[in-house]
Amino acid sequence: MTMTRFAIPIAIFVALLVLLGIGLKLDPREVPSPLIGKPAPHFELPQLHEASKTFTERDMLGKVWVLNVWASWCVSCREEHPVLLDLAAGGTVPIYGLNYKDKREDGLSWLKGMGDPYKLSIYDFDGRVGIDYGVYGVPETYVIDKAGVIRYKRIGPLTPQIVKEKVLPLVRELDRA
Amino acid sequence: MPRPLALLLLFFLAAPLAGKEAAPAAADPVLEKRVMTLAEELRCLVCQNQTLADSNAPLAEDLRNQVREKMREGKSDREVVDFLVERYGDFVLYRPPLKATTLLLWFGPLLLLAIGFAVLLRRLSRRHQAQETEMSTADRKRAAELLAGGEAQQR
Repeated sequence: MTMTRFAIPIAIFVALLVLLGIGLKLDPREVPSPLIGKPAPHFELPQLHEASKTFTERDMLGKVWVLNVWASWCVSCREEHPVLLDLAAGGTVPIYGLNYKDKREDGLSWLKGMGDPYKLSIYDFDGRVGIDYGVYGVPETYVIDKAGVIRYKRIGPLTPQIVKEKVLPLVRELDRA
Repeated sequence: MPRPLALLLLFFLAAPLAGKEAAPAAADPVLEKRVMTLAEELRCLVCQNQTLADSNAPLAEDLRNQVREKMREGKSDREVVDFLVERYGDFVLYRPPLKATTLLLWFGPLLLLAIGFAVLLRRLSRRHQAQETEMSTADRKRAAELLAGGEAQQR
């Protein structure tokens, strides 16, 4: 009796500690995106370098590609940039940029100064396409398959580890499909 | 009227004027009210513990504008909420919907309450039984003696 009397509350307490510990480790910013498994929302936006030309997600049907949302005002984008340059240099998958709520000249000078990992960037001045893609914490990255379906979304900067363990294996798998 | 009192009165009369200034400049107050009522129910994703109505984050502003625009187009509250959920998930809702994954969230507290009651009832009935058995032995005899001889002892 005396054993169980203390054992049960202690067991409950330990279980609670474990639960709270897990809760601390979870990142509340990692909101599960409802867009995964859904067709990439349609857009048709002017390009950053050539405002007279447009680009739409439909141009990419039949290819696996990465869409990366970035902005010159975004601090974590600076941290992410070398990772993107590496990914682009690897040549496994084309990266397209979505310049989000930025000034055109700021975006252009950013790419000039830090290198341009993108095949091209599109220019979303008022952030409308961003909202359609559920963007709330730049940078964000999407992997889109040949059928134009979003297969992966990362909120926050890509790291070499994420690229190696998640993005590249997924791209290879989708390429084979 | 004495001067300090008049000043105080003036101060309180002026307070609502200052309050008016902070209100959002809206062309259509009815629409604005609808926007803000709905925005109270929605989470700002940038500063996650604020509602869309409270937040000053640029994204919250954009989303309020979208909500306003949709309402102006004649969309119902339901349709506007669905629009946001499609993009940001149930997470934007401060009132989570009732579905299989949220059952525990909705009924967990009730479940805990039920468990608590069950434990309490078991404890109480056990204690009750324990008392009854104790009374039936020597204590009962002593009690009877005390009752019989009690008056004489007290005197």
